[in-house]
Amino acid sequence: MINIIGAGLAGLSAALTLAESGIRCRLISAQHSERAQSVLAEGGINAALDTMGEGDDTGLHFEETMKGGVYLADPNAVRALTENAPAVVRKLADIGVPFNRNPDGSIMLRSFGGQKKKRTAFAQSSTGKMIMTALIDEVRKYEAQGLVTRLPHHTFVRLMTNGTECTGLRIRDTYTGKMYDLNGIVIAAFGGMNGMFPHITTGTVTNSGTAAAVLFAQGVRFANTEMIQYHPTTIGIPGKRCLISEAARGEGGRLLVMKKGYPWYFMEEKYPELGNLMPRDIVSREMFFAKREYGTAYLDMTGVSGDVWKNKLSDLREEIMHYFPLDPKKDFIPVEPGIHYFMGGIYVNIRHETSMRGLYAAGECACQYHGANRLGGNSLLGAVFGGMTAAKNAAAYADSDSGMNEYRDDEPLIAELPAGSDERLGDILAGGLGIVRNSVTIKSALDRLDALQCTVAAEKVRKELGRAMLLSALGRMESRGAHYREDCPETLDEFAGVTVSQLAGGAVRITFEDIPERNDNGSNV
Amino acid sequence: MEVTFDILRRRSAAEKPFIQTVTIDGGRCATVAEALDLINAEELADDPIQWERSCKQKKCGACAMLINGRPRLACDTKLSEFRKSRIELAPLKKFPVVRDLIVDRKVIFDDLQKLGAWLDENAEADICGISYEASRCLQCGCCLEVCPNFYPGGEFYGASVLSVSSRLAAETPAEYSKRIYGAYNEHFYRGCGKSLSCKDICPAGIDTERLMVNSNAAAVWKRGKRKKDRQ
Ligand SMILES: Cc1cc2nc3c(=O)[nH]c(=O)nc-3n(C[C@H](O)[C@H](O)[C@H](O)COP(=O)(O)OP(=O)(O)OC[C@H]3O[C@@H](n4cnc5c(N)ncnc54)[C@H](O)[C@@H]3O)c2cc1C
Ligand code: SF4
Ligand code: SF4
Ligand code: FES
Repeated sequence: MINIIGAGLAGLSAALTLAESGIRCRLISAQHSERAQSVLAEGGINAALDTMGEGDDTGLHFEETMKGGVYLADPNAVRALTENAPAVVRKLADIGVPFNRNPDGSIMLRSFGGQKKKRTAFAQSSTGKMIMTALIDEVRKYEAQGLVTRLPHHTFVRLMTNGTECTGLRIRDTYTGKMYDLNGIVIAAFGGMNGMFPHITTGTVTNSGTAAAVLFAQGVRFANTEMIQYHPTTIGIPGKRCLISEAARGEGGRLLVMKKGYPWYFMEEKYPELGNLMPRDIVSREMFFAKREYGTAYLDMTGVSGDVWKNKLSDLREEIMHYFPLDPKKDFIPVEPGIHYFMGGIYVNIRHETSMRGLYAAGECACQYHGANRLGGNSLLGAVFGGMTAAKNAAAYADSDSGMNEYRDDEPLIAELPAGSDERLGDILAGGLGIVRNSVTIKSALDRLDALQCTVAAEKVRKELGRAMLLSALGRMESRGAHYREDCPETLDEFAGVTVSQLAGGAVRITFEDIPERNDNGSNV
Repeated sequence: MEVTFDILRRRSAAEKPFIQTVTIDGGRCATVAEALDLINAEELADDPIQWERSCKQKKCGACAMLINGRPRLACDTKLSEFRKSRIELAPLKKFPVVRDLIVDRKVIFDDLQKLGAWLDENAEADICGISYEASRCLQCGCCLEVCPNFYPGGEFYGASVLSVSSRLAAETPAEYSKRIYGAYNEHFYRGCGKSLSCKDICPAGIDTERLMVNSNAAAVWKRGKRKKDRQ
């Protein structure tokens, strides 16, 4: 039996991999899979399928992923990811993901940021939802066989450890309030740390960040937590930021600001080769500066053909028109960068083992594949492949099921956060971890953090994870990928390493660790 | 403008429901979901209304509830739609209440399991153009709430299994389709009165009529798959 926390893409992929080799698992999730953030993904999933006659290959996918991440990712893990990507996407097609197809029946690919070839497989503009639907049905087959046991409306409380090793976990049924202790290996797949920045991310607050914070408090090492991706094109909607997929630019959308009354397509002027499809860190930063000088930035999709709107972006147009009194076929759309993805998270190696024996991590909660900046389309891939890899490596340690043992004693971690607590923390973190940072703003955020009053246990652990993010940003005295320091604008060799944070003896310690050397057995993980 | 919410609350399934009335400044929030967040942050911070949500952009189905008696997604219901400044919120009625506006929609997933909602063979690319539409189903339960023929525990599973079975049928090679069509006949076709209340209510805008016409043609009238009518 293996315990998986989270039933999004990474959790489902891990469950399917285990079930296919006859190993039982529990799929524990705060909500049903249909409610996971993965259903929101729009644009697509990357794989060098080379179906567009452009001569793409997995080597180029590898190079561009490494370059996009400014060489902070583990090259062997990235090689495994990119070499296996075509098989991953073919498998998804086999389980019924309705990818858009070329006239010859092959999977159609679109352009995405940071990639010179068309490499992003997609199902109109609801790729994540389509993949989730197919995976949910596929996993259901194994639920019926008793290989996968679902525990929806159960949240993670804490790991059980014997000092250094993870021996299981405690969970809580949010419907009944009962707690249970479960033994066995744990795979963390609980998604990104959106709830550390409530209302200002494109993701879901169900991914509250508390699960990550508890692991951090229990001594699990985290990596690159300062690497937060701002997506260039988001719009404010009630209670959150809504993404306008990179597919909008992949299919011809252009960014502009108004300069002396005329549209200035700043990305095209500054980056003639990739233009609007530069990696997201660069686009968001350029937008930040262009907006600072000229005000509102817009997305111009007026040149996109009717055919593309109908067959590739139908949901997107409907979504924009739902929230704005404008028609993207005719009008410019006002857009702003918004927090979208966490490259950093639980520190894992190529096998998705964490620093704690018995604990694995995959998907957005883990720090793997994306370095200092993730390329669009690589995280769906990373979640599916990471889930598979974690499951394969954990499988060897699966033990027999010792059942769910009800736990009735005190548990400080289940006390609800006081009203407004997450907003107060989020406000401090956002102040220090913007698109453009400097030591003054980061230090002032740290001062505010020190002064932040915490009453319940969950607040205290969240505060320490927040501190790790800020201290990582302060310690990385260079600019790289999503981390741009106005006061240290250069990219420096001495920082070409992983920012590792750990809570030890009650204090957050930040160190820099070398990135593994490239070797030749990358794809065998 | 002030907006008053009458919220049907219940501490637990075992306890009696009661109505809590809260008035807020409607100008500060655009949707019912935002209003609930505001109420919980300011008016009822010590005793917040329990409700489920996740995406806040009508893509996950978590926040389905009765709004002035109609099942809708709270995040997709704008306050500006209402002419009266008094809005009733209640949990969906066809599912057991957990707390306040939270219901346990387990029956949806149990029915899918009982239907055998999965592919037996590798998918074939969908020639009907149905798969994409059907895969958009949120499993929110709004269609079941309004369906005159669905009740939990019955043999008729309602439109939420229609979507799933339509996808599966569209992608199952003809020689293997007997099982899924058989299940469709038994648990959907036979029990559906074709009133189409489900089509009118579906927050994802799924054209359940089109899915039915397509599945009926193949499963009931054995006409084979219809060719693509939309890309
Ligand atoms: C709007 C949007 C569009 C995107 N578009 C793309 C795209 O086009 N291409 C791409 O590659 N990537 C895209 N991404 C990123 C990508 O979707 C995510 O990184 C990926 O889906 C994460 O999958 P996951 O399985 O790690 O996490 P999630 O899907 O977030 O799943 C997390 C799971 O953990 C559960 N959970 C959370 N906390 C707890 C807890 N405490 N206890 C128990 N369970 C818990 C949740 O209920 C859920 O089941 C997009 C993201 C967003 C927000
Ligand atoms: S068919 Fe529509 S109303 Fe019914 S569960 Fe699916 S999304 Fe909800
Ligand atoms: S058509 Fe009527 S009876 Fe049939 S599923 Fe829809 S609402 Fe129910
Ligand atoms: S919160 Fe996802 S549909 Fe309303």
